[in-house]
Amino acid sequence: MAKSKNRKIVRTTTWSAGPGCHGGCGVLAHIEDGKLVKIEGDPQHPWNQGRLCSRCLAMTQYINHPDRLKRPLKRAGERGEGKWQEISWDEAFDLIEKRLGKIKQDYGPESVIFSMGTGRDIGAWICMLAYAYGSPNVMFALSGIACYSPRISAVETIQGDYCILDAAQWFPKRYEDPNYKIPECIVVWGYNIPASCPDNVFGHWIVDLMKKGTKIIAIDPRLSWFASRAEKWLRLRPGTDGALAMGFLNLIINEGLYDREFVEKWTNATHLVRVDTGKLLRESDLVKSGSPENFVAWDTAKEHPVVWDSSRVEYQSDDVKPALEGEYTVCLLDGTRVPVKTVWDVFVEQVNQYPIERVSEITWVPQKDIIEAARFYARSKPVAIHWGVPIDMTPAITPTVQAIANLWCLTGNLDVPGGNVISRYAFDAVAYALPGAKGVIKLDSKEADLKRIGADQYGPLRKFIWRAQTDLTLEQIFTEDPYPIKGMWLQACNPVAGIGLDPKKWVEALNKLDFVVAVDLFMNPTTQLADVVLPAATFLEKDSIRSWWVPLQSINKAVTVDECKPDVEINFELAKRFDPNFRWNNIHELFDEILKPSGMTFKELQKKGWAFPPEGHPSHPYNRFQKGLLRPDGKPGFQTPSGKIELYSSLREEWGLEPVAYYEEPPFTPVSQPGLYKEYPLILSTGRRSPVYFHAEHRNISWLREIDPDPVIEIHPNTAESLDIANGEWVWVENWLGRCKFKAKKTLVVPEWMVMAAHGWWFPEEPGEEPSLFGVWKSNINQLIPMGFQGKDGLGSPIKHLLCRIYKVKVREED
Amino acid sequence: MPKKVEYGLLIDYEYCTGCYACQVACAQEYGWAEGMGGIRVIEVEEKLPNDRAYLSYIPFPTELCILCAPRTKQGLEPSCVKHCMAACMKYGKIEELAREMGKKPRMVLWVPRS
Repeated sequence: MAKSKNRKIVRTTTWSAGPGCHGGCGVLAHIEDGKLVKIEGDPQHPWNQGRLCSRCLAMTQYINHPDRLKRPLKRAGERGEGKWQEISWDEAFDLIEKRLGKIKQDYGPESVIFSMGTGRDIGAWICMLAYAYGSPNVMFALSGIACYSPRISAVETIQGDYCILDAAQWFPKRYEDPNYKIPECIVVWGYNIPASCPDNVFGHWIVDLMKKGTKIIAIDPRLSWFASRAEKWLRLRPGTDGALAMGFLNLIINEGLYDREFVEKWTNATHLVRVDTGKLLRESDLVKSGSPENFVAWDTAKEHPVVWDSSRVEYQSDDVKPALEGEYTVCLLDGTRVPVKTVWDVFVEQVNQYPIERVSEITWVPQKDIIEAARFYARSKPVAIHWGVPIDMTPAITPTVQAIANLWCLTGNLDVPGGNVISRYAFDAVAYALPGAKGVIKLDSKEADLKRIGADQYGPLRKFIWRAQTDLTLEQIFTEDPYPIKGMWLQACNPVAGIGLDPKKWVEALNKLDFVVAVDLFMNPTTQLADVVLPAATFLEKDSIRSWWVPLQSINKAVTVDECKPDVEINFELAKRFDPNFRWNNIHELFDEILKPSGMTFKELQKKGWAFPPEGHPSHPYNRFQKGLLRPDGKPGFQTPSGKIELYSSLREEWGLEPVAYYEEPPFTPVSQPGLYKEYPLILSTGRRSPVYFHAEHRNISWLREIDPDPVIEIHPNTAESLDIANGEWVWVENWLGRCKFKAKKTLVVPEWMVMAAHGWWFPEEPGEEPSLFGVWKSNINQLIPMGFQGKDGLGSPIKHLLCRIYKVKVREED
Repeated sequence: MPKKVEYGLLIDYEYCTGCYACQVACAQEYGWAEGMGGIRVIEVEEKLPNDRAYLSYIPFPTELCILCAPRTKQGLEPSCVKHCMAACMKYGKIEELAREMGKKPRMVLWVPRS
């Protein structure tokens, strides 16, 4: 066999576009005559150790697909008519500059929304463009921003730093690192992680650990793969995770299974709460010159209140013996004497509202199972909880997260080997600023941020999440109050088929705008409604950097496909045009600045491929709160207002929200809507992952589509039989918002009382123009889910627990 | 005379998660047209007593599997084995794999037609 002259193997790192994931895997791309001919997992890479998922292994079909967008397109007919004219990049940039420039001039830069989806490496680059243009309105197009940001923000609210399952991903030797411990147990909470590797964790790490002895507690209404193999499986009613976590806390506290020393030393359990107001007692309540940022404890040694100095992270006196429990009386500034009690007492009172009996009634999980699982969790050392997106997909997301995070804190599993370990950006080099982080790319001034939609209403949006609130933004497109929205830049964002709830409303909204740009790799139902469509590149066609926690990685360009451009380069070019003070000349200069804290340039990082932060660096575990590695002042403690883990959240108090964890029934459940439940007697859940798809992507990749060819709804055999539905039969799924068609899969995976509908369905093989829009209305389950039910803090949305009924599609309706 | 069969695939189906990496790895290696392939993942849903159930996946080598002869000749693992996300597949001599089967339950040894 003749060997090609132009064959090379390029070592690089995944991060969509392409496999659709959040990346991290090392790959070897085999390039022949400038074309990708094969891709393999890099056996030397500590992340995936040579393994690779089905979506990445289908990259040759993806990258060389005949339907790839290859040149910029300008709309030639009416919106949605499917008529396009190819234009050059220069023409495209000129046109966009002119049209967006006009909107800025007439209405202000905030009138353009920069909307993103998930997966693709664009978080930093869409901000770069929006901020260069002057708009603070970068939006993640899911209702309630309900994917990961809420979890991160909620954890940061009470513990200052986010944390994740410790699978030794921080160390080059991984599980063999001498400081690492195999978790005795992992709680897989609402997660079918091997099918998707979401949230920057390689799903099969948990499988690796199971082989090494880790036991599983699975919390999932579906019989997931993990549930099948779990030591304990809790099949809870969707949306009741918060109640279950409160039940765990209840048992752990009442059976004394918590780490008292940790509670006393590292949480604000000893701080005092005023009984008259229910608020934290602050130094300013007691002393004229006292700081409202300092809290107060009761010193049992001197029988006197003692001030906790939040900035110094210590008490204002020596040898303090703070009370953990009890009610005391303090004298306020004006001489009034008020009763106070400890945060611990307030917290325990709240937890005692959730005896196992009540939790069982709420969650539909038998009491015995809750008790056994909670004990197994509390007695396992170390134990980690790893959770999935169902946690975000409920309006009371923050209180739910508080309850779950309290579990790992109370059991002493925070930042210990094999526990829940704090996740920092490698070397503090922030490329993509997840909630709480601030990178190189930021808005010019605080003033520019004042018009960000929802920031005035929602505390977490001011403190952690630099996004416009999605539900309010969609509404504002119609109301134009307080200002009109005139344009949208959509990048890796397909609200008509994927990320948008109530998708017909999104169509209406897009059609109302003066100018819409979509940046994507293939035409999809959303790009059909744009005025300009720009062809983006896969990860194999770009240089980039990845510092989503550890390790630090470079993404190295292996090929060029036609005129496709990497997102970062598209946005860079336009940002330069909009911002006269844009300070980088090329993307490598930008990368170098982002990488500065690592002491490496982009070129140097490329040579290494990946780099692990050394011992002693804040991005290297463990026990960093004890070592003073988490706070900028180098003192032990956490980056919270009090410097402690806040069982009673001072930020939530400031935002006028419930400061302690609790459970709230979601808006559309058999319990909250007994009337609707009579009409729609099945719980409709959605979003279970397919191993071969990433949300609305990959339906056009034949190697993947043949594995999961149709939109499937999972129905328990007894339920299907009672409705005379056969396996493989098409059914209507219907509720008060609409109906769509799914193929019935009779399966024991779901309980009798719930159906699970796949999400993200459209049909690339069908006509793209209106009214078909690639057949998107046939099976897009989001038509049955409303916008506008975000939580009290603007986060979370009821996506996993709606109600529906199902019935057979009659033969004549089938087409 | 029948060809001597020497090599096989050992599957630890306790850990197969149904990720389909093996199936697509094979499609990439040989450029299979839709519907064809050297290995197929089968989903098995088992009803157990007391309302319990168990979910298994098993990769099955088809009539098209050649045990990646061109790869193994070069000392490489078959493409499916190399990419298996759960690392639950092993290629080797039948006798050696059979010995490994005794180490734990939920194993199957395939000897494809190759």
